[in-house]
Amino acid sequence: MQSFIQPVIDRYGASPVQLLPILRDIQSEFQHIPAEAIEYVALSLDIPRTHIISVIEFYSFLHATPQGKYTLLISDSITDHMLGKQDLITYFAKQLKVNIGELRADGLVSLNNTSCSGMCDQGPAGLVNGYALTHLDRPRIDAIVKLIEQNIPVHQWPVEFFKVSDNIYLPGLLLQDPIAPGEALKARYQKGLQETLTEIDISGLRGRGGAGFKTAMKWRFCAEEIETERYVVCNADEGEPGTFKDRVLLNSYAHQVFEGMTLCASIIGAQQGFLYLRGEYLHLYDKLQNILQQRRQSGLLGNNILEQGLNFDIEIRMGCGAYICGEESALIESLEGKRGIPRNRPPYPVSQGYLNKPTVVNNVETFFAASKIALKGGQWFAAVGTDQSQGTKILSISGDCAKPGIYEYPFGTSIQQVLQDCGAADVLGIQIGGPSGTLIGQDELQRRLAFEDLATGGSFIIFNQSRNILDIVKNFTHFFAHESCGFCTPCRVGTSLLKKQLDKITDGYGSAGDVAALEELCQLVKNLSHCGLGQTAANPILSTLQRFPETYQQRLKKISYEPGFDLDASLETARRLANRSDAGAHLAQVEEDYS
Amino acid sequence: MSKTIVIDGMEIPYEEGQTIMDAAIAADIYIPHLCHDPDYEPHGSCKLCTVNVNGRNCSACTFPAMEGQNIINKSTDLEHDRLRITQMLFVEGNHFCPSCEKTGNCQLQGVAYYLDMHDNHFPHFFANREMDASHADILIDHNRCIFCNLCVRASQEKDHKNVFAISGRGINKHLIVNSITGKLKDSDIDINDHAAHICPTGAILIKRTGYQVPIGERTYDKQQIDAVALAKENKHHGR
Repeated sequence: MQSFIQPVIDRYGASPVQLLPILRDIQSEFQHIPAEAIEYVALSLDIPRTHIISVIEFYSFLHATPQGKYTLLISDSITDHMLGKQDLITYFAKQLKVNIGELRADGLVSLNNTSCSGMCDQGPAGLVNGYALTHLDRPRIDAIVKLIEQNIPVHQWPVEFFKVSDNIYLPGLLLQDPIAPGEALKARYQKGLQETLTEIDISGLRGRGGAGFKTAMKWRFCAEEIETERYVVCNADEGEPGTFKDRVLLNSYAHQVFEGMTLCASIIGAQQGFLYLRGEYLHLYDKLQNILQQRRQSGLLGNNILEQGLNFDIEIRMGCGAYICGEESALIESLEGKRGIPRNRPPYPVSQGYLNKPTVVNNVETFFAASKIALKGGQWFAAVGTDQSQGTKILSISGDCAKPGIYEYPFGTSIQQVLQDCGAADVLGIQIGGPSGTLIGQDELQRRLAFEDLATGGSFIIFNQSRNILDIVKNFTHFFAHESCGFCTPCRVGTSLLKKQLDKITDGYGSAGDVAALEELCQLVKNLSHCGLGQTAANPILSTLQRFPETYQQRLKKISYEPGFDLDASLETARRLANRSDAGAHLAQVEEDYS
Repeated sequence: MSKTIVIDGMEIPYEEGQTIMDAAIAADIYIPHLCHDPDYEPHGSCKLCTVNVNGRNCSACTFPAMEGQNIINKSTDLEHDRLRITQMLFVEGNHFCPSCEKTGNCQLQGVAYYLDMHDNHFPHFFANREMDASHADILIDHNRCIFCNLCVRASQEKDHKNVFAISGRGINKHLIVNSITGKLKDSDIDINDHAAHICPTGAILIKRTGYQVPIGERTYDKQQIDAVALAKENKHHGR
């Protein structure tokens, strides 16, 4: 084992900040991280073994117990469910003779669910040994089962199983005309630092991850820090269910994204950048490395960029399956080889980020837009959109529509317009901004995409009248409970309580007081949680309680009191112990049943 | 002229670098807390010390005191929120005060008394947690762990060891021990370590000391937790 691990550790310079890549490499060899490896890595990196164990136990894609030689994960996003995911995973389990969540006895294959894999426009989707699978259906599952039983290595599987399409249906200001590599940087050096920053300021560009902080201001704050060792981080941990535009930007516009990072580096004075790429996008890794290499060769990365004295390079760091790492301070913790726990703020990353040095963290789309703004000028961008939301926004559209994919709209566009363009009919509601955003109803279609109205990081999921609101809310609420990092009490306990309370109602055991209790719990989680995850985790329930109260009411029992659980089912153990199942060993849920 | 902040209408001084909690303790104002101990790096995870600063909820133990802060500490809403947080901690673990040898000395229980908690409100999780009685002198009962991280910090900051760590994610969060077997007996903890004595609940106990002080004569049997905490934490207290 040491003969494998030592070169891995050497490759990463025996640095504790590289713990995640080290563990990823070990796991890809042994299908888990064996106890012996934990001991060896702990000694080599001079960190406590508990640090490594806690990291393994934090990230969904790291395991201390063996996984299958073929590790299958099926995306559990609501959009996958709408495309028949539940039936498919059950079918998969049956054909492979393995239980969901388990490793088959022969160690060949394991099967489990995973949070949204970012293929909502081409699902049902999954991952095999980390690589994205799209368009899963029964014939394809049959073929995959055959390949696994014949022990055919994943890289020899048919390429169409791994085909990931861009599906760009409506390119706008940014997507229709990408810049040529180097153009933005040349423009920046012609204009000068202050002038370029002024252009970005004029453009009104705000962070595209959803929070909407002004980009020029963030860069300026960072540049004004006394500490001169600074970092640029591109947040490509696109974990919000229903969002996949960053995947497309990195697949087809990576030059422009890297150029935006380099531009930022030239303005804030950074020498090192990181692309934090979510684990689900492993299929992009080699391609992105090649582009980085091309940029080094053309003098756009590395030492003395464009002979302007700028030294800057970009390293790709892979995430390991944790939605919380999309939160910028959790992302930084993860970059440092730790669990993704959001930090206490202040201090903010612009003053104390990666390794406690000033750090700019921006979304993929923000860097993508910034580079073109540097070339075209701020006014070019600001001329589009609304007063408070300038420019365009790239949407990832999925769910019930004819053409799910990527659409770029000027801010201020109405929801009605978007629905028309993507071919949505018979709409029940639209989830804007993903589970952490808002579910709007059909009487709100005149509302607009804008920070001041409906803000979104890009997720736009359409539900038609055949869908059940509570199924949607349940999927989202379970998602947050699964992804809560567990740091603070209100989110750790609260998201699990939300799940319990909502399930009680959807399973038909709720009474009138339970909806009030649910709402109170929502407010607690929202108002008291440490970070954005907890503060938005109750949004699916709150926005539907407000718009579809009757949906909840319909599930409630009419009687004033009923046990909040299945009375008869809970007697099962007693019946088994007593070895009887006569009428006297059963209980009705309510007394009325007897009359 | 020293800088000041306002807590519940009272103007109190603070020094640069102090948190709201630091300033409050120095002014003899109690803000309920469980994961905070002034002797250690603030953590900010239990959220019991949530205060309202100029309209926004903040953790008093980590948020810096700054000029212009108008802070609400005592309000019906906040007391209710803190009650609910405490109840969350109770239902998350398995806390049976009458049979716990820490009863009367337990900060979780003390806070619950202070907040006038009469029931658990939420459904219990009945988490299946194990005990580690392997060590000759020290016992871990994971049922009572509230993840305050104080033993982790004490071991690192004062004992200069790394005996404890928090692992797992979300509701699966748990305390782990740094030893090859994961058992406390194989770790390098010592009975004199700060980490062995810091636990606010009965999760880490010193063996054979359980009932030396009879129930009824224990810390919170005599005094509310606000008075106890201020007396202990305010270094200037009584001067």
